Amino acid sequence: METLKEKQTESTTKKTITISGAEAIIHCLLAEGVDLLYGYPGGAIMPVYDELYKFQDKLTHILTRHEQGATHAAQGYARVSGKVGVAMATSGPGATNLVTGLADAQIDSTPMVCITGQVPRHLLGSDAFQETDIIGISTPVTKWNYQITTAAEIPEIMAKAFYIARSGRPGPVLVDITKNAQFEEFEFSYEKCTGVRSYNPTPKPSPNAIAAAAELINSAKKPFIVWGQGVILGKAEEELKALVEKAGIPAAWTILGASALDTDHPLNVGMVGMHGNYGPNLLTNECDVLIAIGMRFDDRVTGRLESYATQAKVIHFEIDPAEIHKNVYADVAILGDAKESLNLLLPKINKNTHESWHNIFKEKYQIEFDTVIKNDIHPTKAGLTMGEVIEEINIASGHKAVIVTDVGQHQMIGCRYAKFKQSKSNITSGGLGTMGFALPAAIGAKMGAMDREVVAIIGDGGYQMTIQELGVIFQHKVPVKIVVLNNDHLGMVRQWQELFFEKRYASTVMVNPDFVKIAEGYHIEAKRVSERKDLKETIQKMIASKDAYFLEVKVEQEDNVFPMIPSGASVSEVRLQ
Amino acid sequence: MEKKWFTMSVYSENNVGLLNRISGIFLKRHINIESLNVSKSEIDNVSKFTIVIYTTDKWVQNIVGQIEKQIEVIKAFYHTDDETIYQESALFKIASDLLFDERQIQNIIKESNSQIVTVARDFFVLAKSGKRNEIDEMYEKFKPFGIMQFVRSGRISVSKEEMKISALLKDFQH
Repeated sequence: METLKEKQTESTTKKTITISGAEAIIHCLLAEGVDLLYGYPGGAIMPVYDELYKFQDKLTHILTRHEQGATHAAQGYARVSGKVGVAMATSGPGATNLVTGLADAQIDSTPMVCITGQVPRHLLGSDAFQETDIIGISTPVTKWNYQITTAAEIPEIMAKAFYIARSGRPGPVLVDITKNAQFEEFEFSYEKCTGVRSYNPTPKPSPNAIAAAAELINSAKKPFIVWGQGVILGKAEEELKALVEKAGIPAAWTILGASALDTDHPLNVGMVGMHGNYGPNLLTNECDVLIAIGMRFDDRVTGRLESYATQAKVIHFEIDPAEIHKNVYADVAILGDAKESLNLLLPKINKNTHESWHNIFKEKYQIEFDTVIKNDIHPTKAGLTMGEVIEEINIASGHKAVIVTDVGQHQMIGCRYAKFKQSKSNITSGGLGTMGFALPAAIGAKMGAMDREVVAIIGDGGYQMTIQELGVIFQHKVPVKIVVLNNDHLGMVRQWQELFFEKRYASTVMVNPDFVKIAEGYHIEAKRVSERKDLKETIQKMIASKDAYFLEVKVEQEDNVFPMIPSGASVSEVRLQ
Repeated sequence: MEKKWFTMSVYSENNVGLLNRISGIFLKRHINIESLNVSKSEIDNVSKFTIVIYTTDKWVQNIVGQIEKQIEVIKAFYHTDDETIYQESALFKIASDLLFDERQIQNIIKESNSQIVTVARDFFVLAKSGKRNEIDEMYEKFKPFGIMQFVRSGRISVSKEEMKISALLKDFQH
């Protein structure tokens, strides 16, 4: 550390220091405010790990048990903190193991920088040991990527990587660094990136479009808001709430938009999409103005496009020009940052209430409550339901927990029934549907919000895809709460087989290990609950625990998630059973 | 929706890997690139991709949006055939004896408005610029005599309307 101090003192006069490329990478990370990263060492990235060893008082490296875990942990960290998540891996298999996380971050707009080692420049293209074309492989799943082959490129490219990852519509960036560039010494100085000439991350909202949107909203009789993650990424939660309240508009969320507005807000009418709430789905096709804010009309949201909100005028608030008219034609498109756009819109909006229209949502909710929700969260049958587990977690955590879900039935139930009071509280793999996401993402989420309760809710299938990350929880004493909802099946696929493949349960039955013993093997306190009488108390004990806690709940094996819009059907065809 | 021919003009930084990024956008959507040309443009250090595709209005809009979204792409435009001036170039390598023995060959050269690039002992090379159908016509005429080699370039094109690219670059710099 002495030498660093000397170098830094020197640097104040010369503004440059002579260091290796590997050390330069550390300085770049520190300059970007990174104090935590996830990764896995290997041959081609060893010089950087050697520097991490020297800088461990400033930069914490968490050794995940698989590189995929590093990406999901970085994603979880980014999603709760709003900062850029960082993951590091070696060349070859280390790099290819990042691909799922990159794809997940790309489709869910998560800011992440991945750094990979690469064989020395003179060996590029020679099929050297652990050489793989990670630039070629990662191109379709990154917002930007770049291969550094000389140390002198490091500061500019690293600055650009962080700028691109976090600006505009965020996304993953991969920087591949050849080993020779890590060893080379050069004159280092760092300047943050403030712009790239070919890249316009945040378009300015057009005043004409804002005026047109205000006019449509003010004259609407049955307006309906659907918001997505753009509200959270754009830090526009207050503006959304102000719009909803001022104009009295019922508002629903996409899965990634959850928690931007309190679940209990009177005008929050629930989730849209395949397993969303009955009212918001059905009434999408009855509203006269559909106000989409920071969402991209994913097919899981729209169902059959030809019969999606065709009666409505559509207003689309969106930061990414490529999303305008991509799936749904926007009568008014407002390009720009959600916060800025909504702030321009708000003064032009008339105070209003749409009571009779809002009442229709309430009526639909009552129907859904009577046929679905009641049985999900207050079941009368013997077997435990996923819904009642979520409800107990809500009660025990006072709606304050960050809920991290994996992919499948438990995810849909979790997102439907988890209650939120604070933004950035629902962490899930939305667009890619990555099983195995939740356990490592929960580790990252906890490290990104140490003051918050983090509960991972995972199915027995997805849990086993990244179960090795229990090692991180054990080694670094990460106090996350892990709830496995075990139905001994790949539940969602089984549900589709039941409904659409005449109950041919091809490869969806899971013969599972003793999950409690596995957790105990990692010295994590673990319990299994199979009966309702033990549920409340155990969940309360879990939430009260200061340490990591594993809870397996044996739930009904063949429960289905409803409501459901069958794949390819219209939102009007939402089924309650 | 009706399919049409579209010429896309993509102004970009001249960076390694960008072609891969752009071609991937077509691959993902299962849309075939009918022709591709990459060259310098009217602006220093700015490259221009000219890409021809046969698709619907909806898809061309989608693809242009996705291309423009790439960090190193400055701006992407698309035009229908009647909105652009466009050409392709072709080279024909033909046996030299035909030039002297077959009167008709000389007529084809004159009528097709092609140029003789070189004449060697064994072969001569003709260059022809023009629309695809003109080059195809010339090809059909030579075919009975035998073509030793043939190659045709991608379409190059300029739009009738201004592509406001320099102004955009200035905006980006602020």
